[in-house]
Amino acid sequence: MAEQYLNTESDILIIGAGGAGMRAALAASDAGLKVTVVSKSLLGKAHTVMAEGGIAASLGNVDPKDNWQAHFGDIIEEGVYISNWRMAEILAKEAPQRVYELERYGALFDRTPDGRILQRAFGGHSYRRLCHVGDRTGLEIIRTLEDQVIHRQNVKIIDELYITSLLKKDGKVIGAIGLKMDKGEFHCFKAKAVVLATGGCGRVYKITSNSWESTGDGLGLAYRVGAKLQDMEMIQFHPTGMVYPPGVKGLLVTEGVRGEGGILYNSKMERFMERYSPQKKELDARDVVARANYAEIQEGRGTEHGGVYLDISYKGADFVKQKLPSMYMQFMEFAGVDITKEKMEVAPTTHYQMGGVRVDPDTGMTDVKGLFAAGEIACGLHGANRLGGNSLADILVFGKRTGEGATDYAKTAELVEVREEDIQNEISRVLSFLKPDGINAYDLIDELTSTMSDNVGIVREPDRLNIALAKILELKEKYPKVSAPGGRKYNHGLLAAMELSNMLVATEAIVRSAIMRPESRGAHTRKDFPKKDRAWLKNILCSDVGGEMKLDTEPVPTIPAELMELVKQEVY
Amino acid sequence: MEEKIILNIYRQDPSIEQKGQLQKFEVPYVDGMVVLDAVRYVQEKLDTTLAIRWNCKAAKCGSCSAEINGMPRLMCKTRVDTVGHNITVTPMGAFPLIKDLVTDVGENWEILRKIPKFTPREDMESPWKMQQMDVERSKEFRKCIECFLCQDVCHVIREHSTPYFGPRHVVKAASMDMHPLDSEDRSRMLDQVGGLGFCNITKCCQDVCPEHIHITDNAIIQEKERAVDNFYDPLARLIKRKKTKERSVA
Repeated sequence: MAEQYLNTESDILIIGAGGAGMRAALAASDAGLKVTVVSKSLLGKAHTVMAEGGIAASLGNVDPKDNWQAHFGDIIEEGVYISNWRMAEILAKEAPQRVYELERYGALFDRTPDGRILQRAFGGHSYRRLCHVGDRTGLEIIRTLEDQVIHRQNVKIIDELYITSLLKKDGKVIGAIGLKMDKGEFHCFKAKAVVLATGGCGRVYKITSNSWESTGDGLGLAYRVGAKLQDMEMIQFHPTGMVYPPGVKGLLVTEGVRGEGGILYNSKMERFMERYSPQKKELDARDVVARANYAEIQEGRGTEHGGVYLDISYKGADFVKQKLPSMYMQFMEFAGVDITKEKMEVAPTTHYQMGGVRVDPDTGMTDVKGLFAAGEIACGLHGANRLGGNSLADILVFGKRTGEGATDYAKTAELVEVREEDIQNEISRVLSFLKPDGINAYDLIDELTSTMSDNVGIVREPDRLNIALAKILELKEKYPKVSAPGGRKYNHGLLAAMELSNMLVATEAIVRSAIMRPESRGAHTRKDFPKKDRAWLKNILCSDVGGEMKLDTEPVPTIPAELMELVKQEVY
Repeated sequence: MEEKIILNIYRQDPSIEQKGQLQKFEVPYVDGMVVLDAVRYVQEKLDTTLAIRWNCKAAKCGSCSAEINGMPRLMCKTRVDTVGHNITVTPMGAFPLIKDLVTDVGENWEILRKIPKFTPREDMESPWKMQQMDVERSKEFRKCIECFLCQDVCHVIREHSTPYFGPRHVVKAASMDMHPLDSEDRSRMLDQVGGLGFCNITKCCQDVCPEHIHITDNAIIQEKERAVDNFYDPLARLIKRKKTKERSVA
């Protein structure tokens, strides 16, 4: 018997309700289009709420010399010259407008003494550039956008809905099928354009700062309909995650701590960043500080629980509580540590995917017609290393641009009928996981994430990478045996089974790309190739060719001469 | 010997079961673990059909609200060593049950839609200027992570059928009413549509707030006073009427 499902038709379907998804929805709504936003978690819970330190925009409120040109230079240099220059240019130019716009939507930023938006220092930024709300800037962005989105008549929000596959016809994406978890109902979405705003894949690692939902769903969805994944080896490890107690291992300690003056020490109480980066010290880019922390721990100068010390207590209790209230609470309540009196113990934690789905810089369109992507899922802006605060700028700037790109596309596209057979086949595929006695998806996820944390971390070596790849291929073999008992309503076992397929795409792309790049650049460090190589001024692309993952390289797009003047020459 | 804790978790799928029951699980204890770790252990290793809602595991998203030994709390923020080794976890009682520990909190967005969004003054020069001191006042309310524990504990919502929006929504209104550049006054709406008068200030909501927002003291009482001052104070009414007249004469 045919399965029942609900139909939704809209001009634009947006998958994901974090900052990028909601900003894209506002853009399409402004243009008068009918928009549907679906999200895996409840509205307002997206991973964006975890962003702490701030949003990078060259307002020049604190350092008047700052401008978009300086911001552009920082992105290219710290991205180690494999960023897409056009995306960097767009971000640097448009971030200030997006910040002021957010303020008009109702966000309340911290202020300078003369009443303007306050900006703080962050690693790798030449000037104090991060507009912030204490240390919970992401939450302010989500609430502000949520408030706008729920008051729009032409935006429909369906939360706790997991998209299981995209629909494609004649080379174009025409919709998607999903399972509404809280009801156990299937939905078929027809749309003229589909925007992926699904965030990253940080949960493919065991030790991670990422939310439950960051399983790389967008990567799997896009890859399976033919989009290309770019620079997947570039996984950012944040230098400072919590290490103790075990229950919170990996939880983020904002870079704002160092931005506000936090100092790193090893167990011998040496300020070791003076050795690794005499100029910028604690405020060097994340890849540099993460490698330094990692090296100190590896070389036996780590703390009791396998971290290094981070100290802000010398700034005094009032300062710490005002500037870093969430961090104060986080350490007090999870670890029983009073950071106004004691040092924190921290170690690197998986944080962000610089790679992702390749998109057109101006419109956000992927390699597949009708499919767009914005935010962490999209690739190109951050190159080999993302600067703190650029992800919040990214989701607003490219959320808007992609919403507009999808709008322009949708205006000339038509809704396409979906074949009933295709819908029924997809529903059957999902339901086929529902049986007792198969392999528990969580067991395989556990093996996968441990493998990634053990073998594909900050410093990579070929043997380890090959071990990881063999494990991933072994898990792919086992995957068809995965099943989940129970029904279709709010069944996490079923959800995990579906997420696992996306995690396998993400990890295979990460490991294969890491094997392919024989150099150390930004976040990608190879023990056997400790230097960067001019010949690898390239982007790596993964695509699905007849069920196999094929890798390819392309030279990084050449930066136009007038923009090149803003960037220091690369030194080898 | 491995140390264990006992979890008694509420199980029910109301679409097929009339009544729910507590199911007992044994979970290995890990130093520093929170209740969410224990519940997730059950879900991943013992029974994958257990329905829970969680996301950030860092007390920043407000998804994993439940009642732990009868107290509304975030599972991710409650350390096992603070609640004992025999723990009962039940869903929030003020919301319709979806399954096991997951409740339907959707009505909250229906209420949020009724609260007018931020409405800036029109006379502002761009970029806006505000003083930190004025910003601080509203900032407290913006810490809200929409966990709805305050709604869950509120006896007006739990035990009575009234139009009262609930503490979260008064906090939301206050966050905008106390924005230095907002031009809207939501107190009247809270009073007339949102049943603000039904709150009798027992302060239970601020006791359970994981973000330590002074919900009653700083949001509810302020909004109540604002409503009284603006719409019920006879003296203020007279002055207002006089001012309006003067303006219309001018």
